[in-house]
Amino acid sequence: MIWQLDLILLLLVLITGIAALSVRDLLSSAIILGAYSFLMCLLWTEMGAVDVAFTEATVGAGVSTVFFVAAIYHTTRRTKD
Amino acid sequence: MDFIIAKYNYWIYIILMMIGLYGMIAKNNLAKKVVGMTLFQTSIILFFISTSVKSGGATVPIVMGDPHLHGHVIPGTVHAIQYLNPLPHVLMLTAIVVMVATFGIAVALLMRIYKRYGTLEGDEIVEIRKQETAS
Repeated sequence: MIWQLDLILLLLVLITGIAALSVRDLLSSAIILGAYSFLMCLLWTEMGAVDVAFTEATVGAGVSTVFFVAAIYHTTRRTKD
Repeated sequence: MDFIIAKYNYWIYIILMMIGLYGMIAKNNLAKKVVGMTLFQTSIILFFISTSVKSGGATVPIVMGDPHLHGHVIPGTVHAIQYLNPLPHVLMLTAIVVMVATFGIAVALLMRIYKRYGTLEGDEIVEIRKQETAS
């Protein structure tokens, strides 16, 4: 575990997490949430938890993003906050 | 000050968890509440995974056997200090699956709510329900 890489990835995770909550478009929010999940996967690889990392990469960053984008396609992109 | 800097990762996990809690409580849009729930769950999983990290060159928990003995291990040569603790990994693998299941249920409920009320904003749904009960 390299602490510089750890700190950079943690700050990027923090930035993408805040961005996913604060953008005013639900489709952008879904895509940024996918980026957040993939950064989380990189963080777990760096911590040595490879099994958790590939589960997160397939299921968290892949399937969840597809579900969310499909749901937004069936509902609406509009959000007030 | 040393206490804050030496445990910087725990502080960042707490900040991330509180951002997720803020999203669940304060955001009005129902899809944003789901995003906040995902942030909250991943921060807790991240905390648990970080408890398995060991300093001093510990690697992934796969026992490396002796190549001269066809991969068998000489008794007494494998020490727990060489490998990461695999128990939090396995527990959090289950938690990720539960996280995706709750996310799928939440997304399905979002689609049903939109079909019924035509909006995803919490206050607009409350307004529509008030009008329905009044008439």
